[in-house]
Amino acid sequence: MSDTHPTAARRLDLGATLLTLLSIIAAAIWFFPVYWGIATSLRYDDQTVKDFALIPKDPTLKNYIFDIQNSNLPIWYLNSTIVSVGVTFLVVFMGASTGFAISQLNFPGRKALWWMILASFMVPVSALIVNHFIIIADVKLLNTHLGIILPMLIAPVTVIVYKQFFDGLPKEFREAAVMDGASEFQLFFRVFLPMNWGVTTALAIITFIGAWNSFLWPFLAAQDEMMMTVTVGITAVQDTFGVAYGRVLAGAVLAGLPVATAYLLFQRRVTQAITLSAGIKG
Amino acid sequence: MLRNRRTEITTALILIAPFLIVYLWLFIWPTLQMVEMSFQKAPLIGKGKWIGFDNYIRMFKDATFRIAVKNTAYFVLLSVVPGTVVALSIAMMVSRLKGRMQSLILAAFFLPYVLPVTVVYVIWDWMTNVQFGMVQGLIVFLVGEPVNIWRTVDWFMPGVAILTIWWTNGFSILLFLAGLRNIPAELYEAAQLDGATRPQIFFRITFPLLWPITVLCLTIQLILQLKIFDQVYLFAQGGQTRSTMVLVQYIFEQAFQKNNGGYSATLAVALFVIVLVFSLLQFQILRIRGQR
Repeated sequence: MSDTHPTAARRLDLGATLLTLLSIIAAAIWFFPVYWGIATSLRYDDQTVKDFALIPKDPTLKNYIFDIQNSNLPIWYLNSTIVSVGVTFLVVFMGASTGFAISQLNFPGRKALWWMILASFMVPVSALIVNHFIIIADVKLLNTHLGIILPMLIAPVTVIVYKQFFDGLPKEFREAAVMDGASEFQLFFRVFLPMNWGVTTALAIITFIGAWNSFLWPFLAAQDEMMMTVTVGITAVQDTFGVAYGRVLAGAVLAGLPVATAYLLFQRRVTQAITLSAGIKG
Repeated sequence: MLRNRRTEITTALILIAPFLIVYLWLFIWPTLQMVEMSFQKAPLIGKGKWIGFDNYIRMFKDATFRIAVKNTAYFVLLSVVPGTVVALSIAMMVSRLKGRMQSLILAAFFLPYVLPVTVVYVIWDWMTNVQFGMVQGLIVFLVGEPVNIWRTVDWFMPGVAILTIWWTNGFSILLFLAGLRNIPAELYEAAQLDGATRPQIFFRITFPLLWPITVLCLTIQLILQLKIFDQVYLFAQGGQTRSTMVLVQYIFEQAFQKNNGGYSATLAVALFVIVLVFSLLQFQILRIRGQR
């Protein structure tokens, strides 16, 4: 075609190149706030409001060291890790076992449970925060890791994704395993779970990111500074450090680092988890 | 055979037990408790007194509640449709790229989605800083002088809407990309052979085929943004909060700052009902498409 219509082909090429260029510029602008935050966090205190060069003239890690030494950041990090790992493990495990039971086993109330889970999709958990607070206060779990974890375990989407996944597997798997004398537990742990390791990883990553990032509940449940998660804590850094922008931004970079890394390492899994939970085949 | 059946039931019960306990204790129970409390005059912690529909009557007369509903609706209006249009444009830009270039550009657009709200807040607070913020250059160009966005009522909600679009758009972008990938290439080839123009291809092929995903994105975003709290709370901190109050924030204020447990439960029931109505709508749409 390029032989017969050289000009048309060239025009198409030029248009495509321009569009690609436009995409790069748009992406750069979109990403700029994140970049600018990182850049500012690497400047000396007196430079944050003077040095507006795109690349810091005299980069330093002083703000990071200051934050780690002079705030509760290390403890918040530990709290966030305990809470997020706990939530991830429990949500994925409960989702998988419940999804397996509903999909593969026959028990009374199975249909009712399934409909209840589907219906709970429509309930805004943020309307329940007040009562979560009352319940957790009642069992004296405010300002504890468990207290922060518990209300975050409501994740019907995970059950739904697992149930649908197990539904899609050929019936022969189960029949063959049962013939071999495997118990239902063995079936679940040895056959069904390993078979969808991909889905499990995807759901685990997205659950971890969500737990790390959640704000409102940890903010209410942990009033004690020593029990705060990083996500909540960095606003306390801001209160203490006031106008020291470099330090505040260094705290923010540290708070966002684990989730950003998790995404960059497992991009395809994150995409898969999002399309799965929206009910689209990715 | 009967023994098998019994072990199957036992296994099932053991497997669903953890989920069921959490679910009944932290989902069903607080929901019922919330409804009960909404009919009481009660502190946050402690016994309440039954007062019938008084809280509901109070709510309908409450000027702040009206402001909260209005602001929430305004925010939804500013964020949902514009956000979906932006997401579709970005998805179309990204989908025509290939290989490494594509993953790099997509990552730049998607990354904000995985950041915690407080990080987003710190970054944008710095970007919009009235003295040193990079955005102020654009604002001066538009209106002639720097604006303290988070202390100016007219700028507040549009500001929150823009950064919310920036923050949460990755989700819709991924859904649109999945949708674009599912459109068969032969359709485009056939259209090109027939001499269709770019706008014709978009409006006759791409858009109609993406319509179901568009509806899905719109409803997911709508339900999500009705529950807005974090960003508004963080940016309004230390300022006048009443004029920029949103629904969840009002529930929070009544419960935790004014110790009106009963009235906050009434407000929570209102939010509950609003979200339920829109969710039923979404469920209906999904069912028509036969997806769930």
